[in-house]
Amino acid sequence: MFSLLQQAASTAAETDTHAAPANAEAAAAAAAGQGADAAHAVEAAGAAAHAGEAAQSAGMPQLDVSTFGNQIFWLLVTLAVLYWVLSKVALPRIGAIISDRQGAITGDLMQAEEFKKKAKDAEAAYGKALADARTEAGKIIAAQKAEIQTELNTAIDKADAEISARAGESEKRIAAIRDSATADARSVAREVTAELVRAFGGKADEAAIDAAVDARLKGAA
Amino acid sequence: MATEADTGLAFHPMEQFVVKPLFGDGPIYWYTPTNATLWMGLTLLAIIALLVFGTRGRAIIPSRVQSIAEMLYGMVHKMVEDVTGKDGLKYFPFVMTLFCFILFANYLGLLPKSFSTTSQIAVTGVLALMVFVGVTVLGFVKNGTHFLGLFWVNSAPLALRPVLAVIELISYFVRPVSHSIRLAGNVMAGHAVIKVFAAFAAIAWIAPLAVLGIVGVYALEVMVCIIQAYVFTILTCVYLKDALHPSH
Repeated sequence: MFSLLQQAASTAAETDTHAAPANAEAAAAAAAGQGADAAHAVEAAGAAAHAGEAAQSAGMPQLDVSTFGNQIFWLLVTLAVLYWVLSKVALPRIGAIISDRQGAITGDLMQAEEFKKKAKDAEAAYGKALADARTEAGKIIAAQKAEIQTELNTAIDKADAEISARAGESEKRIAAIRDSATADARSVAREVTAELVRAFGGKADEAAIDAAVDARLKGAA
Repeated sequence: MATEADTGLAFHPMEQFVVKPLFGDGPIYWYTPTNATLWMGLTLLAIIALLVFGTRGRAIIPSRVQSIAEMLYGMVHKMVEDVTGKDGLKYFPFVMTLFCFILFANYLGLLPKSFSTTSQIAVTGVLALMVFVGVTVLGFVKNGTHFLGLFWVNSAPLALRPVLAVIELISYFVRPVSHSIRLAGNVMAGHAVIKVFAAFAAIAWIAPLAVLGIVGVYALEVMVCIIQAYVFTILTCVYLKDALHPSH
């Protein structure tokens, strides 16, 4: 305690040389180490402390009231300038930078979203085009098949008709040939029969010969 | 001093807090440029360097300095918005001013041979009083007598309310005291302890321990600097919220 008092006294004495009279009084009181006077000094210093702590308080330069006006004045000046700089220059600028960045980010995100949507649309369009082309191709193939089928059918029908016509014609000709062959055979038989009858000295009765030949041929046929 | 005479130790842990004139040795008037003036000015310049010159590129992709400035801005902005709500953002520049000043003053005070403006009761007291008076005036301007509802706890039983009102009233008026002394006390204590360790470093056999102690306390101080700036600012926000929305 004693050393503290002494220290306080020396500190106060140091400030004494260039301090206001109030502080000089405090220093003197602390140096004297008298409790009551020390309390008075602290009162002068604006602190409510009891006598024992008085010297210690006097040793705190923070409680030296004579410098308060100076500190407060310069603090207010500093704060005023700082407030002005911050509110007029720094904070609006930083706020603008941050909101710009936010805007740029949201803009980019929106653009990305748009591109994504576009890509999706393109994919859908591509798929649709592909499907369309497929159905179109299928349709064309079916149409072609049907056309070919009808062409084939008509060709087959035509061929069939031609074949049957040719067959009919051939049959007719064959029938004609057969008829003419029969007629030739009859006439040959008649002539041969007439010559034979004549050769045997008979008199060739044409009607009888014809009848006989027809009867024979009928039997042969 | 008995101990000093014996060991040659020189304990002057509080000398660093003495306000001295910058030029000469004359008396300190209110306008005298002092070491406090110098370090307040340096604080101001450091803040301007970071927040104004650091952001002059206005880059979408920030430089390192700009991203630090943006981080500070974002941190305080979010704090004000989270604690006081959207309508508190009007007072964001004021809160930011307080935060930056305290933070930078704290850290500049960690430089050797520097002067810690935030270790001065006068400085932190003015800061706290500004908040206190501002918030009280704002509370009455915004809410009229409804602001007194802050002291009348409607959720408590009727019999208890007057008692609670007294307690609330006392706690309200103690706010600037605790607000200012917390900051000054923290900064001052750390600096003083470092000085004490430094004095011990003069003795050879204890020096390594003392140096280690300085390193440890310094590390603690680095943490305390931001924590105290943060605490001061968030309490300002809480008081601001009470003024804007005085319902309990």
